[in-house]
Amino acid sequence: MGSIALRNVSKVFGAHTVIPAIDLDISDGEFVVFVGPSGCGKSTLLRLIAGLEDVSGGKILIDGKDATELAPAKRRLSMVFQSYALYPHMSVRSNIAFPLKMAGEDQASIDRKVADAARVLNLTDYLDRKPRQLSGGQRQRVAIGRAIVRQPVAFLFDEPLSNLDAALRVNMRLEISQLHQQLKTTMVYVTHDQVEAMTMADKIVVLNKGNVEQVGTPLELYRRPDNLFVAGFIGSPKMNFITGEIARGHGAHTIGVRPEHIDLSTSAGAWRGTVGVAEHLGSDTFLHVAVDGVGTLTARVGGDFPVRHGDQVYLSPQEGRVHRFNDEGSAIR
Amino acid sequence: MATLHTRSAARAMMAPSVVLLLAWMVVPLAMTIYFSFLRYNLLMPGMEEWVGFDNYRYFLTDPAFFQAIFNTLAIVLGVLLITVLGGIGLALLLDQPMFGQGIVRILVIAPFLIMPTVAALVWKNMFMNPVNGLFAYLARSVGLPPFDFLNNAPLLSIILIVAWQWLPFATLILLTALQSLDEEQKEAAQMDGAGAWSRFTYLTLPHLSRAITVVILIHTIFLLSVFAEILVTTNGGPGTQSTNLTFLVYAQALLQFDVGGASAGGIIAVILANIVAFFLMRMIGKTLEA
Ligand SMILES: Nc1ncnc2c1ncn2[C@@H]1O[C@H](COP(=O)(O)OP(=O)(O)OP(=O)(O)O)[C@@H](O)[C@H]1O
Ligand SMILES: [Mg+2]
Repeated sequence: MGSIALRNVSKVFGAHTVIPAIDLDISDGEFVVFVGPSGCGKSTLLRLIAGLEDVSGGKILIDGKDATELAPAKRRLSMVFQSYALYPHMSVRSNIAFPLKMAGEDQASIDRKVADAARVLNLTDYLDRKPRQLSGGQRQRVAIGRAIVRQPVAFLFDEPLSNLDAALRVNMRLEISQLHQQLKTTMVYVTHDQVEAMTMADKIVVLNKGNVEQVGTPLELYRRPDNLFVAGFIGSPKMNFITGEIARGHGAHTIGVRPEHIDLSTSAGAWRGTVGVAEHLGSDTFLHVAVDGVGTLTARVGGDFPVRHGDQVYLSPQEGRVHRFNDEGSAIR
Repeated sequence: MATLHTRSAARAMMAPSVVLLLAWMVVPLAMTIYFSFLRYNLLMPGMEEWVGFDNYRYFLTDPAFFQAIFNTLAIVLGVLLITVLGGIGLALLLDQPMFGQGIVRILVIAPFLIMPTVAALVWKNMFMNPVNGLFAYLARSVGLPPFDFLNNAPLLSIILIVAWQWLPFATLILLTALQSLDEEQKEAAQMDGAGAWSRFTYLTLPHLSRAITVVILIHTIFLLSVFAEILVTTNGGPGTQSTNLTFLVYAQALLQFDVGGASAGGIIAVILANIVAFFLMRMIGKTLEA
C-alpha cells in the first residue's frame, strides 16, 4: 500500500547541488526518520517525495508506480509542516475537513470523518475555534488531523515538533508513535533531533550534505555505525573520538568510545585525567575529563559518583565497545 | 491593545492629534454652517441676511442635486469595482516570477504619481478625443465611427480616468498583502488537493480581505471628492451628467457666486460622507477584528 522508493533521485538549486543522488526504499507501514544536521537536505528530500519540488534527476516510486511527474495531490500523501500551515481564517473543523471537501466528498461522510479524527486527537472540544485560539500542541494535532482524514498511503512530517516546548515534545512524540501503531500507515519523519529519531523510528536514514550515510534500525546505528559521521551523530552525549598513538594501538586511525562505555575509577585505569566540568543530571553525571595526551573525553557515570572539578580520575574503555575507523572515516570491522 | 494600561497610554498618545484635528475641523465647519443659513451672494456684497433653512431647501430641491448624488455614488462604486477587481488581478500577475519584475512593478505604480489634472488632460486629449485621440484612431482603423467618450458617456469616462489613477495604489497594497501569504499554507492546500481556483477562493481571498477593506476605505474617502478630473474634462457636463456633489458645490459657489447655497451643499455633503463612513466603519470593524 504505502511503499516509497527513490531511485537515483537528485536535486540541484541553480548551481548548488543539494542532493547528489539518493537511492532509498521505504516499505509499507514503516516509520522512517530522516535525520541529519541543519541544511543537509532533509526537508528538500521530503518535499521531493511530496511533489512540492521537482526532481532534477531520478525516479520516485510510490506504491510501486512511477510518481515522479505526479502533482502533489495525486500522490495520496499527507504532509505535516513545521509551521503547521493551518488555514488561519477557517475553524478547526473546516481545516480538518478541507482535504475531504476538495476531494468532493458528501457532507455526511465529511462530518463523520472529521468527528472521528477529532476524537482520536482529542480535539472534539476545539472544533469551532480558530487556529490562533489554540496552543502549539493543539495546532499540531489539528495539522495531524488534517493529514489523517484523507487516509493517505503515507504521512510526511517535517520537523513537526520543533516549535513545541520540551515536555510537550515528549508527549507529542508518544502520540505520533501511538498513531503509527494504530493506523499502521507509512510515515516519513524529518528531524534533526537524534532523540526523536532514536525513539520513534523503525528505520533511521542518516543524511549528510545530501548523501545517505547509513540506513538502519536505531540500535544498529548505535551499535554498528558505518562511519565517523554516523558515530558522532547518533548517541547523546556524542561519542568520544581519539586519534594518534592510542588509536594506532587498536589498529585504527581513529577510535570511538561512547561516554556510557567508559568505566571510571579513582584508583586505576587505562587513561588518567583531570575532571573539568561535571554535569549532574540526577540519574547520571556527565564528566568532561581532560586526559593527558588525548584531549577532553566525556564519560557517563551514575548520579552518585563522588567526583568534582579538579579531581584525578582513571578512565578505561569497556572491552568490545571500542569502534575503530580507518583514515577515510569508515568503520573497520 | 490588550491591557487597560496600554489602552489609556494609547489614548494619551492620540490626544494631541485628536485635539489638533478637532480645532482644524471645527472652525471651518462652524463657519460653513453659519454661512449656510445666510443669503450670501458674492455679487451682492454687504447684503447678507439670515434666511434660515432656505438655502437647504433650494439645494435639496434642485434637480441637479439628485443627479449629483447619483453621480457621486456611481463614481465611488464604479471606480471601486474596477480598482479592487483589477487590483487583485494585477497583483496576482505581478506576484508571478517573471523577467524584469522590478521594472514592470515600477511601471504599474507610475499612474499614481501623475497629478490628477495632468492625467485627466492626457486622457481627454490623447485617448478620448474623438478627432485626435488614440481610441478614435483605433476605432477608425477597424472601420468604426469614433466614439466621443466625454460627450456621450461622460460619467463612464470619468470613472475610467479615475480608476486608471487609483488602480496602482490598490495593486500595490494588494500585492504586498499577497506576498505575505505563507508559502507553506499554499503548499498544504496543494497537497490537500485544492486546485488553483480553490486555493484562490479559500486561501488567497480570505487572506486579502483586510487589504481589500483598507483599499475600499481609502479609495472611498478620496473618491467621494473627485474634482480635478471633472473640472478639466467635462466641466460637469453635458448638462449635469457628470456633476458630482463636490462639483455641484463648486458650481454653486464659484460659478453662481452663491456662497450661502454652496455652504448648505457642503454641509449636506458632510452628512452624506458621514453616512457612508458609518457603513464603512462597520464593515472595517468586522474584518479588522476577525
Ligand atoms: N529553494 C531553494 N533554493 C536554493 N537553495 C535551497 C532552496 N531550498 C533549500 N536550499 C538549500 O538546500 C540545502 C538543504 O536545505 P533543506 O531545507 O533541505 O535543509 P534541512 O536539512 O531541512 O535543514 P533544517 O534542519 O535546518 O531544516 C540548504 O543548503 C539550503 O540552503
Ligand atoms: Mg528543514
